[in-house]
Amino acid sequence: MSAFVATFKRDVALMWTGGGALAPVGYFLGATMLVPLAMGPDRALLEAAGPPLVWIAAALAVLATLERLFQADLEDGSLEQMLLSPAPLEMLVLAKGLAMWCVVGLPIALAGAPAAIALQAPIELVPAIVLSLALGMAAFIGVGLVGAALTAGVKRGGVLIALIVLPFFAPPIIFGSAVAVGDAVAAALSILAGCALGATALGPIAAAGALRLQAE
Amino acid sequence: MLTYLSNPQRFMAFSAWAAPLFFAAAVIALGVGLPWSLVFSPADYQQGETVRIMYVHVPAAWWSMGVFAFMAAASFVGLVWRHALADVAARAAAPIGATLAGLCLITGSLWGAPTWGTWWEWDGRMTSMLVLFVTYLGYIALWSAIEDEEKAARLAAILCLVGAINLPIVHFSVEWWSTLHQPASIVRSGGSAIHPSMLGPLLTMAAGYLFLFGALVMMNMRAAIFRRRVESARARGGEA
Repeated sequence: MSAFVATFKRDVALMWTGGGALAPVGYFLGATMLVPLAMGPDRALLEAAGPPLVWIAAALAVLATLERLFQADLEDGSLEQMLLSPAPLEMLVLAKGLAMWCVVGLPIALAGAPAAIALQAPIELVPAIVLSLALGMAAFIGVGLVGAALTAGVKRGGVLIALIVLPFFAPPIIFGSAVAVGDAVAAALSILAGCALGATALGPIAAAGALRLQAE
Repeated sequence: MLTYLSNPQRFMAFSAWAAPLFFAAAVIALGVGLPWSLVFSPADYQQGETVRIMYVHVPAAWWSMGVFAFMAAASFVGLVWRHALADVAARAAAPIGATLAGLCLITGSLWGAPTWGTWWEWDGRMTSMLVLFVTYLGYIALWSAIEDEEKAARLAAILCLVGAINLPIVHFSVEWWSTLHQPASIVRSGGSAIHPSMLGPLLTMAAGYLFLFGALVMMNMRAAIFRRRVESARARGGEA
């Protein structure tokens, strides 16, 4: 357990000194900003189609942060230390994912509030959208761990991660955007929570399997 | 049978005659199925001649999913029992599966234009097929991005198995999503009521696709094994 906490603290500290949530949140808001520029500022059109697009921006912002997640550990030898540690690698990967969710996922979910309002989401839906983004981020990061672990040895693997991970983003985006347009909100939130739990449970196992191969 | 073939020597001996045999079977099945389905089968009373696209489209849809299941099984065997040949099989099948998924999407689009009046419809099945196609591309891209073949094989196997878990989830989410968003679906669900006069050519085409897949996958595997032999011979020659 102490190894779990130590890994969590280390990753939070590393991400925090590396700029923390500033870059991902900035990217998220910037991508949101482009939506009305592409769709036009027409209020009725944005009300009908705008809010779900926060999910596209959120997915892109997560993808952009995944590339270095394990690569740095592989290069500087911390991955080997993790493998040598008596703590199971799956737990340490989970700790890294949790750190990422705290430093990147949660701030993006909170930034989802102004983003959704700017895209003309009805104000009473905003808390549900933030909650759905927080759950969706956990699902994205859970599968993102797998993508990052599979490509940790690939130089400039960013595009490859995106290609690998995007099919896994389909279910959270479907249910997340249902929340954003106010369709079956309670049901969609429950299913999102299911996606988040499933990805958090299975993602670290698959990612740890891949990382063991990377270190060979 | 599978344990017998897991030895590369025996596989090479087996596939040396089995691959041409499968190829011949594919030529016969497609040689019968293509004219039967494209010329001699009855035209649909509503869709007319365009119904013939079905005979190319539907087997492609079936086998693009079947090939992924084959790859997942091979990846599982490769990962658990460390069978080099299973890795080779999964890799050999991937481009064929991707081609089938692409063929399914293209013919589906061509079929949709005259019958539904649109080149693309975000209905459940088309969307799932698109996700399957992208999954194939990711799998192939991962294989080619990693130089160490053994490592690439294991990592790709993990991706294939995780993808195999993902695809049914995607399928059901997309079903939910499309029923929520589409007021009146153009594709009627449970549309399996197919006339027997169309079932014959359809199943013949499906068998032809299957034989062709078997032949191509064995040829790809043989090519990969030959390439490995050449490389190891070259490496030994380089040392001497």
